[in-house]
Parts: sequence; structure tokens; C-alpha cells
Amino acid sequence: MIKHFINLEWKQYFRSSYWQKSLGLNILLVFFALYFIVLFSFFGFFLLKIIKKVYPEQDPFVVANGFLFFWIMIDLMMRFFLQKLPVMSVKPLLTLPIKRSTIVNYVLGKSALNFFNFLPLFAIIPFSIMLIRDDYATPMIITWMFTMIILVFIINFFNFIVEAFSAEKELSFLPLIAVIGTLYGLDYFNILPIKSAIGNALIAVANNPILILIPTAILLLCYWYNFKILRDKLFLDGSLKSKVQEVKVANLSWTKRFGDIAPFMQLDLKLIWRNKRTKSSAFLMVIGLLYGLFFYTQPIYRDSLYAASFVGIFSTGIFLISFGQFIPAWDSGYYKMLMSQNIKYEQYLRSKFILMILSVAIMFVLGIPYIYFGWKILAVHFAAAVYNIGINSHIMLYGGSFNRKKIDLNQRAAFNYQGTGAVQWIIGLPIMLIPLILFSILNYFVAFEVALAFLILIGIVGIVLHKKLMRMITQRYLDSKYKMIDAFSQDN
Amino acid sequence: MIYTKDLSKSYNGTTVLNIEELSIPKGQSFGLVGNNGAGKTTYFSLLLDLIKPTTGNVTNNSVVVHQSEDWKPFTSSFIDESFLIGYLTPDEYFYFIGDLRGQNKADVDTLTSQFEDFFNDEILGKKKYLRDLSKGNQKKVGIVAALIGNPDVIILDEPFANLDPTTQIRLKKILKDLAEKQGVTVLISSHDLMHVTDVCERIVVLEKGDIVKDLETNPTTLKELEAHFASNMTVSQGEE
Repeated sequence: MIKHFINLEWKQYFRSSYWQKSLGLNILLVFFALYFIVLFSFFGFFLLKIIKKVYPEQDPFVVANGFLFFWIMIDLMMRFFLQKLPVMSVKPLLTLPIKRSTIVNYVLGKSALNFFNFLPLFAIIPFSIMLIRDDYATPMIITWMFTMIILVFIINFFNFIVEAFSAEKELSFLPLIAVIGTLYGLDYFNILPIKSAIGNALIAVANNPILILIPTAILLLCYWYNFKILRDKLFLDGSLKSKVQEVKVANLSWTKRFGDIAPFMQLDLKLIWRNKRTKSSAFLMVIGLLYGLFFYTQPIYRDSLYAASFVGIFSTGIFLISFGQFIPAWDSGYYKMLMSQNIKYEQYLRSKFILMILSVAIMFVLGIPYIYFGWKILAVHFAAAVYNIGINSHIMLYGGSFNRKKIDLNQRAAFNYQGTGAVQWIIGLPIMLIPLILFSILNYFVAFEVALAFLILIGIVGIVLHKKLMRMITQRYLDSKYKMIDAFSQDN
Repeated sequence: MIYTKDLSKSYNGTTVLNIEELSIPKGQSFGLVGNNGAGKTTYFSLLLDLIKPTTGNVTNNSVVVHQSEDWKPFTSSFIDESFLIGYLTPDEYFYFIGDLRGQNKADVDTLTSQFEDFFNDEILGKKKYLRDLSKGNQKKVGIVAALIGNPDVIILDEPFANLDPTTQIRLKKILKDLAEKQGVTVLISSHDLMHVTDVCERIVVLEKGDIVKDLETNPTTLKELEAHFASNMTVSQGEE
């Protein structure tokens, strides 16, 4: 049975139009993976030396275990945003003579093979070897190593439980923030010393190998709970079927002032508000807005201004990036219809463009209170906003013409806690990094004012050339029209 | 109205459609029949410029379809559910299509109110998203949306599939009226020979991408079509 599943997966993956058309992206992903493997291995080999240098008085093994709490928190957060339970279209399998438990076990088992579970091994194993070479008792370290591996899998399955809960909430980040916040808070205010408790627990297990049964039991518990959640969802009237929702109607007549693109604006606003996946990209704006507090409350970042250029681009452009990178895939479900309708491509694209620059303007205005941390920070935010409007918005639209992956807004795919995966964030990186680099170089070698003026200037150039750029982008969409229609009418 | 010349479409060397010449005059109700893979949907997709012809072209009211977009204002269509926008209600969808075709809300309301019995009180004014409607009701919405904006050409792929018997009969009446009274060119495809012969003045049979029959509908047409497809069956049985 498993053999058949793997066969299906293989075909689904390699026969998708996405794979064939984005080979470059896949190669990039492989490089990223290799990069992290090397990074983690280095970390594993040199961690012992680093700890000895920084904490010469203490036992390095105990110190390392003391930091595990942070590692667990960060790992959990990374996984929440980047790792999704492997999606498998199970609907066709339900009527076949396959036990539900087989399907669930397969999906869960496959998740264990995720890159996120292998990556820590590249740090854990070298670190263990170094510890043994440093005359720690071999059986103790070996036990510790296996406990750590079990811990990795506990995090893996625990993450899916958190995601399952978050999938049912309107504010999908809430469960994660609640879990992380509670744990961190308990530790920070010394209500429950979780940090040292986890460290001590690990050391205790390492000293008494029989105690390894406890983490094993936790792992089985997490697995069992996941199994229960998923099996309950494997019914046509469960998560496989979309729930019937009452329509919430909002008055959108104010869009009329945008003239001929009003119908598209209304459609886009409904798109954002009525679909879970688009809604979460709108909620990201809140995070983007508060993101600056994280940096500016610390004097090192506040004074450097490099952070400000990053926060500026990120917070004013967060919606631009999270929404813009899926243009026109948001409309992939009915793309054929749009193409046969009496519409001008240029209007369709302009509606998306205006939506994006509106979000940038709104985010900038809402971010004005940051002036509390100094006028320079607000000035950088302004430059970043202009850059986002003039350059990044056009890049996003242009990049969209290469989009070949369909988004199923109706969420029929089972187990799909839809969100953004690793690939999307990698695409978003250059968009944020280029202005950051430009600003940093000029700020360092010339002057703050020049760096600022330069960002604003390129932004304005983009705005001035808007009509021309839009014509170019529209042409690009027209040229790839048939390819897009073809790709969007495929299921994966 | 619609003139097809030397049109062919092939994928990796396999020809799926090959029409030397086909002329559909204005106001004709035109039916396309054929087995699966005969090229019906391919032909309609070419008419709507959703795929690119390998050779030849289609002219719609003297506009070459894949070179200019000027045919769009007077042509409307419903091919499949992917023409619907799942997160809109039926009313919103009608208004959206109306906006695209230059119709205001009142125009759209006037049109849709004529179809109240067709909708069977399950569509208009209901606070339900299109994605939550049944397949049949989705189809009704798509077909009526294709009538918005007084198009001169209406293209419907398999309009009768998934509809209940009452609705099928009502739809036949609507389609007949369009061609006879309003001079609209109606193109439909179907697997149901009886429905097509009821509705269409002219029926073209496609087989593996070629036109094999081009009939004016008369009382014997249904028999002739049935005989044609039945003989196909014996041939293919003979081949086995």
C-alpha cells in the first residue's frame, strides 16, 4: 500500500507543471538546504569550543542543555511558518479499499521525513562526537543523542497539533503565539523555570538511560493525538468538504471613485476578505506594523539605522509581498473566465497595483508613531515606502507573469492548513534585501542623507515610468496568456 | 457570423482538431455532437482564444479571434465551473459580469428576474457563496451569466449535463427563443442527441477532430444521428 502512495506522490510532484517550469527555483532550494546543512555541521563541531570560551567556569554539557529551551521555541516557530503537513489528495482514495488508518499513518510517517527533522541531526551528531572526544562518558552521550532525536520528532508532531488548532481560528497565528508566549512568560517571570527544567530533564535522562521511555511516551502521545485529529477529518463531510458559510456583505461603493477598475477592486477586496488564505495575508499587516517595536526598543538597532531600512521595507511592504507574490494565482480558479470576458488586462493589473500601493501608504501612515524613536527612523520608513511603491510593486506584478501554480481557494485539499511555504519566502527575500543593501552601502560610505535620497529617487523614477512599465508588464502577461491558462487549469 | 478556415490544433504532433471550412451564419442555433475526444471543447476553446491554433484561424464577426480582442464585447460563454468565482454570491457574480459587459445593476436585475422559474427559487437573493451551491445550480448561474449584456454570440459547452429534467426543458425553450426571436447565434455542444436536435437548426458531428456530418435539422435527423453513432459502435466492436 505504502508503495502505491509513494508512487502517487512521485507522479504528483514530477508531473506538476510547477516542477517543470521552476527548475531554477528547485535548484536554489537545494543550495539553501546544503547551506544550512554546512552551517549546522559547523555549529555542531565548534559549539563545544564556543561554550568553553564564553562560559569557562561551567560544564559545557550543562550549558548546552540550558539553551535547549530557546532552541525548541525557535524550532517550533520556524516549523509553524515553513512546514506544513504533507498534502495528499485523499478524496479519491476514500472509496477504495484502503483503511483510513493506513492513509493517516502514511501522511504522518511522511512528515517525519521532512528536511526540518534531518537538519538538527547535522548539529546534534557532531556535537555528541565532540563531547565523547572530550572525555564525557560514551553511554551517557549516546543516550542524550537519542533523546535529542526523539525531541526533534516531538516538536515535529507537536507543531501539527498547533497548526490543526490554528486552522480553525480566524486569527491563525493566535495558538502559536499563545503557546510560545505562555512558555516564555512562565520562564521569564520565574513562575515555572522551564528553561532549566528542560535542561535538567535532558541531563537526567542522559544519566539514567531508562528514563528515555518518558520522551518516547510523549512522542507516541503526540503521534496518537495527530492520528486522532486526522482520522476524524477523513470524512467527506469533515474537512474534505468546504463548510457552507453565511455571506458577509460589506458596502464597497467607495471603490467607485477608482473609475473603470472599480469592479476589479471590489472583486479583489472580496477575494481578500472571504478566503481564509488571503485573509491571513491581510492579518500579517498587524505583525508588520508591530515589527519595528522589536528592533527599535533596543538601542543597538535604534542607532544603527540599518535595521530601520529593513523594518521600513518590511513593514510598509508586508502586504505587497504576501499578496503580490501570488498575483495572478489568486484568480487562477476562474482565470479562463476572465480571459474570455470583455476586460482589459491593463485594468485588471492596475486594480492589483492600486491595492498594493494603498497598503503601502496605509502601513506608512500607521507607522508614523515610530517617530518617537527619532525622526531619522521615520525618514527611512518614508524612503522605504516610496521605494516599495515605485519599484517593488512593479517587480511583484512582473514576477506574477511567471506564476504557474494554481491556488485552490476553495480549500478542498485535505490536511492543507494553507499558508505560505518556504519557497514563497525565498522569492520575497531579494525584494527586501536589494533596497537594504543599497541603503547600507551608501549610508556607510557616503552619508545618511544621500542613502535616503537615493532610495526615494529610484522610487520616484519607478513612479514616473509607471505607465511605461505597466505597458511592458501587460504585454508580458499577454504573451504568457496561453501558458497561464493551461497551468491554472491543472490541479497541481 | 463565425467563419472557421483551415483551423487545426495539435499537441506534440497529434492532431485533435482539423476543420477545413465552417461557416455559421448570424442567428443560427448550432449544435456540435461527437464522442469524447472528438474535439468539441477544443473547438470552443479556440473560439474563445483560450488555446492557440496550430494553423488557420477563426473569424468572429470579421474579427480574427487570436489577433484582436474586439470580439469579446459581443461574445459570451460558459464552458465549465471554472468560469465561476467561488467566493461570490450568485447576485454578486451577475453584477460583476454585468460591470464587465457595461450593464448597470438595474439591467442585470431585469434580465435575471426573467429567469426566476428557471432558478427555482434557489439562487437569487440567497446568502450563499457560489462554491457552496450544487453542481446543477452552479451551472444555471453560469448559463444565465452568459446571457448578460445582450451578446450576439453565446457559446455553451454541455449545457444540459447535470441539470434536472424540468430545468433541461426550460433551458431548451430559452435557447430556442434566443436564436429565433432575438437573432442570437447560439453554439452548444452535447452528448444528448435528443436535446440537440430539439434545440438546434443545424448539427455538426465531429469525429476525432474532423467534421463527418453537417445536417439541417428535420424530423429524421435524430434517427440519422442515432444510426450514425450506433454504426460507430459496431465498427469499433469489429475492430476488437
